[in-house]
Amino acid sequence: MSLFNLFRRGTAPIARERLQILLAHERVARSQPDLLGILREEILAVISRHVAFEPDKVQIKMDRGKSVSTLEVDIEIPNGVTLTLAKAS
Amino acid sequence: MAQVLVVTSGKGGVGKTTSTAALGAALAHDGEKVVVIDFDVGLRNLDLVMGAERRVVFDLINVIHGVAKLHQALIRDKRLENLCLLPASQTRDKDALTEEGVAAVIAELRTKFDWIICDSPAGIERGATLAMRHADAAIIVTNPEVSSVRDSDRIIGLLDSKTAKAERGERVEKHLLITRYHSSRAARGEMLSIDDVLEILSTPLLGIIPESEEVLRASNIGSPVTLCNALSAPARAYFDAARRLKGDKVPMIVPSDNRGIFNKLFGRKAA
Repeated sequence: MSLFNLFRRGTAPIARERLQILLAHERVARSQPDLLGILREEILAVISRHVAFEPDKVQIKMDRGKSVSTLEVDIEIPNGVTLTLAKAS
Repeated sequence: MAQVLVVTSGKGGVGKTTSTAALGAALAHDGEKVVVIDFDVGLRNLDLVMGAERRVVFDLINVIHGVAKLHQALIRDKRLENLCLLPASQTRDKDALTEEGVAAVIAELRTKFDWIICDSPAGIERGATLAMRHADAAIIVTNPEVSSVRDSDRIIGLLDSKTAKAERGERVEKHLLITRYHSSRAARGEMLSIDDVLEILSTPLLGIIPESEEVLRASNIGSPVTLCNALSAPARAYFDAARRLKGDKVPMIVPSDNRGIFNKLFGRKAA
């Protein structure tokens, strides 16, 4: 600790680096829900033109990995009504 | 064409009210018709900083509720006749501010003033979002310190999504005002520098207000710092910032806190 203090050149560079890392994460987190919301709306609009399903039985999840991110869409379709094509209006 | 400005920051205590009063007075001093509005319902302070605390009869909430007419609630500054204050109410009711009410008040003020400066409360709750709601431009007040910079980043995100302009697909013009700056501490690497803050927030700089005892002195006597001591370093920095708001090209001077010949030489230019 004392050695660290001896060679200390000011703490501003540490503050700057911490902020840059933190804000990079927070900005991604902020933009994510919106992107998911838009994807959800548009995917459901397309599917509902062809298949009847309940909107609250739909799960959309996004995983951000280091090299690849995945978008997982899970739609529960009730048996029987499954593939009845909704009439195009 | 009237300009609606919001002075905002997310974090409390960084200098929103001081800056609202100082910039409002600086613009009015240059001949503009200015109204400053306190949006901090329940914790009003702009009246105190402006020295008008004993002249408050009606407030923003009274106008919104139709208890008073706008002209009854506006308090004309005793030093500058083209500077007015619309105080906040001291009510505890958080929902006293309504979206439609605020819209109507701002619309009426637009017909009477050149500049409408909204002093936002701290935080990101209703008061803060309503203060920025109708803004054409925002002044983000930031101290060169980690928590303030982080909160400013959050506020910038809100300005880009929650304002009426953003919802119409337009952009709220954003200006960064760095306050409580110590140039010597930044030079020693003890404090984030102007460049650090600008790089992190990537928002254009409106001004740099140095840390100064003049700011406390001004609030003690109830006068915007630009009227209390117009030649002091913070007042000169606020006057420059006000001229930049009007579109003038004013060279950016990093205020020095050394009281040497340098200060005198560079200080003159900014006056």
